[in-house]
Amino acid sequence: MEVERLMSEREAKGKIGVKELSPIDVYKLLPRTNCKECGEENCMAFATKVVNREVPIEKCRPILKKEFEKAYKQLKEILKPAIKEVVVGTGEWAVKIGGKLVMYRHELTYFNPTAIAIDVTDEMPEEEILSRIKRVEGFRYEYIGQILKLDMVAVRSTSNDPDKFKATVRKVAENTKLPMILCSLNPTVLEAGLMAAPKARPLLYAATKDNWREMAELALMYGCPLTVFAPNNLKLLKSLAKTLIEYGVEDLVLDPGTFPGEGLADTLNNFTMIRRLACKHGDELLGFPLMGVPMTVWLDSAGIAQEIVKWREAYLAAMLIVRFADILIMHSLDGWVLLPNVILRANIYTDPRKPVAVEPGLKVFGVPDENSPVMFTTNFALTYYTVASDIESAKINAYLIVVDTEGIAVDSAVAGRKLTAEKVAEALKASGVENKVKHRKLIIPGKAARLSGEIEELTGWQVIVGPRDSSEIPKFLQEKWQTSHS
Amino acid sequence: MAERKEKEENVLGLKLNSRLLELLAKLQEVEFEDFEMEVGDLEIWLQPGTVAVPPVAPPKVAPPVKAKPTQIIETEFVPPVETYPGKVVEVRLGATKSEGGTRGKTVVIGGETTPAFYTFERPTPHPPVISLDVFDMEVPLAKAVKMHVKDVLGDPAAWAKLAVDKFGADMITIHLISIDPLVKDASPKEAVKTVEAVAQAVDVPLIIGGCGDPVKDANVFQEVCETFAGERFLISSITRDMDVERCAKFVKKNGHVALSFTPMDLNLARELNRRLYDFLPKEDIVMDLTTAALGYGLDYAFTNMERARLAALMGDPELAHPMSSGTTNAWAAREAWMKMAPEWEPRELRGPLWEVVTALTLLLAGVDLFMMMHPAAVKTVKDVIAQLMGGGSGNAERLVEWVTVKV
Repeated sequence: MEVERLMSEREAKGKIGVKELSPIDVYKLLPRTNCKECGEENCMAFATKVVNREVPIEKCRPILKKEFEKAYKQLKEILKPAIKEVVVGTGEWAVKIGGKLVMYRHELTYFNPTAIAIDVTDEMPEEEILSRIKRVEGFRYEYIGQILKLDMVAVRSTSNDPDKFKATVRKVAENTKLPMILCSLNPTVLEAGLMAAPKARPLLYAATKDNWREMAELALMYGCPLTVFAPNNLKLLKSLAKTLIEYGVEDLVLDPGTFPGEGLADTLNNFTMIRRLACKHGDELLGFPLMGVPMTVWLDSAGIAQEIVKWREAYLAAMLIVRFADILIMHSLDGWVLLPNVILRANIYTDPRKPVAVEPGLKVFGVPDENSPVMFTTNFALTYYTVASDIESAKINAYLIVVDTEGIAVDSAVAGRKLTAEKVAEALKASGVENKVKHRKLIIPGKAARLSGEIEELTGWQVIVGPRDSSEIPKFLQEKWQTSHS
Repeated sequence: MAERKEKEENVLGLKLNSRLLELLAKLQEVEFEDFEMEVGDLEIWLQPGTVAVPPVAPPKVAPPVKAKPTQIIETEFVPPVETYPGKVVEVRLGATKSEGGTRGKTVVIGGETTPAFYTFERPTPHPPVISLDVFDMEVPLAKAVKMHVKDVLGDPAAWAKLAVDKFGADMITIHLISIDPLVKDASPKEAVKTVEAVAQAVDVPLIIGGCGDPVKDANVFQEVCETFAGERFLISSITRDMDVERCAKFVKKNGHVALSFTPMDLNLARELNRRLYDFLPKEDIVMDLTTAALGYGLDYAFTNMERARLAALMGDPELAHPMSSGTTNAWAAREAWMKMAPEWEPRELRGPLWEVVTALTLLLAGVDLFMMMHPAAVKTVKDVIAQLMGGGSGNAERLVEWVTVKV
């Protein structure tokens, strides 16, 4: 903490940064009636949660009343994130990008995981466009209780033909509700695309030093966020941002250029400088989401094996996720390219303040009956979800008791006395499972085998030592459970 | 994940990884303490008479309608260059003949005065280096790794030579698995023979890896340190449960370097480093804060290392050491080695990419020394380091074409 405080003092340069915002700043603007409508005990408790971004200020109903209008506006101002939150798309499919409060995740947490868009072009055959959209929509991977997904479709005009682009945007809009990024540096082409989806609020790509006026007009006319593109020229990027804001465009996304290979150092430096200026120096002109474009690796892909280009795109995306990108445009749709990236994204955007644990208690899988197996595991999230997914995917009917090990995995919990026979006995009793099954057999994790004697003594249940790896549960049950119950 | 640890192909990665999970929860407690501290501060502010109210920005008044700009409004861009009171110590690994050893090459790591690859502030003084893993006996390996080393398994000298000549290893880590009392319980003398063979086969600096048994490791390390006095081997690793004083003394006396290993807790890292300072100069210490695989705690490893490096630069001398990462732990992730549904295949690419992504994430947190496994992953990480070190510049005119490129 000392270190961060020093850092923010050094870098804050006069602006109230997030770290400096204290609950008292929020508290004194609240109605201070302790009405509990928000669900908190008092206004101070609520203010603390607001400062930690655990609840939105709007959860305070009274503050939304006319008499508190001024205070509400002030609260919105002091709670404003360093990086503006920009919404792409509409309705329930809309994606929020940016909204970051801090430069480093340990300073609070990162909000709005990096959105990943996959491209299609107006010269791709229709079947290819449709099949790519389908794969984007169908992409899902279950990871510690979350479904990891892709977020958007980027439609690029490679033809530079307004009619072709319009037809393609229409085709995409008809076939998916995913938000779009419309990509063409030619305003005429971009407008044709917008006419095919006038209410969809796509992200426009992009305003440059040559076309910014026309692009600004389109953004205003169609109510769209607008990307500013000034490759490797941060002075121009910032000047364009200022100009567009003056023009009336409020929602910007910044693309300082993603250079693979030779320019990689420039790329990381540009992203880092922009983010530091926005978060630590309060530079509002740079306080917008950052776009990374890993698919720039395809620019120099002639004569190179596809796998190598995809490999490059994969690791470039990873570096950008780590170094501040709020949105990415990619071309590769291969699972092996995307999987490490969506998992990395989930990791980097995990709230470091929250323990990775699930609620202890009895979990029911399928439709178990009085002969169904009873097992237990720990409440370490990674352990629990791995076990749960192995049981679910094998469509097993079973009871699983989640023992509170303070979020620690089986082997470490046994070693550290967080998982003991007493705790297991307690959890077994509390679960009430004894009223749900006729048998008295408890399957325990292979890694808790040494507790088996004690558990039998304390519970009176017969202990069966299960596999050390939960992927073996289906096979184990087939061999050991069914035979013992037939 | 804990349930996964004994998977056949997987034993290796997790053996190296085994200390990590115990302390995940501890780290969370630390985070939580920080939070509590803020609430504590708050109570002080609430005392009567001390309610100092920070200024609040006035509400925005709707600006009068302005004319739209007709040309670009020029603004200045000033790179946000900072200076920091702290500096990471430089550590030299390996020693040539004139320096008292027998190595043909040596490396220097550390020396940073800026966060990882903030080259707009200052250049990176030394490129991070890669040490390849070599094992002193046959061990289960992921299929994607095994296919590259199958001819040299069980022959550490040949394996080391392959890693240096063909895979571009800057260093070699010889893992003395066979000394484990639960494996072969090989004697310190036997371990010395293995090290001797590797040291003869390659002339890069060596890392001496133990088996994880605190007593046996100390005995073997002492024998190796004494036999190879002056070589500046990196002794991997000195842990809190070892006889730290004894280890530090034989490392110092025989001219080697200690790898200070702690399980993902900066306070424990500081504490162990302090204990080492009684016997070793700072220039003889590298630290390993524990590496968790992508998907299996990488976020903790990343943030822990990032915090350590920022703290070092802000003047915390106890964390101002070059950082080493057991990146091979990436292979502990089931997604790295397991056969999965067709849409995620081939694992021959997915696996090494897992190692690459784990490595690059930690490269950006400040790691100076990577212990790695897969040749393709090694090559990629080396390429990226070279690109980040080099002064190459992005071609802006060319880049614009990405919008219209036909793939």
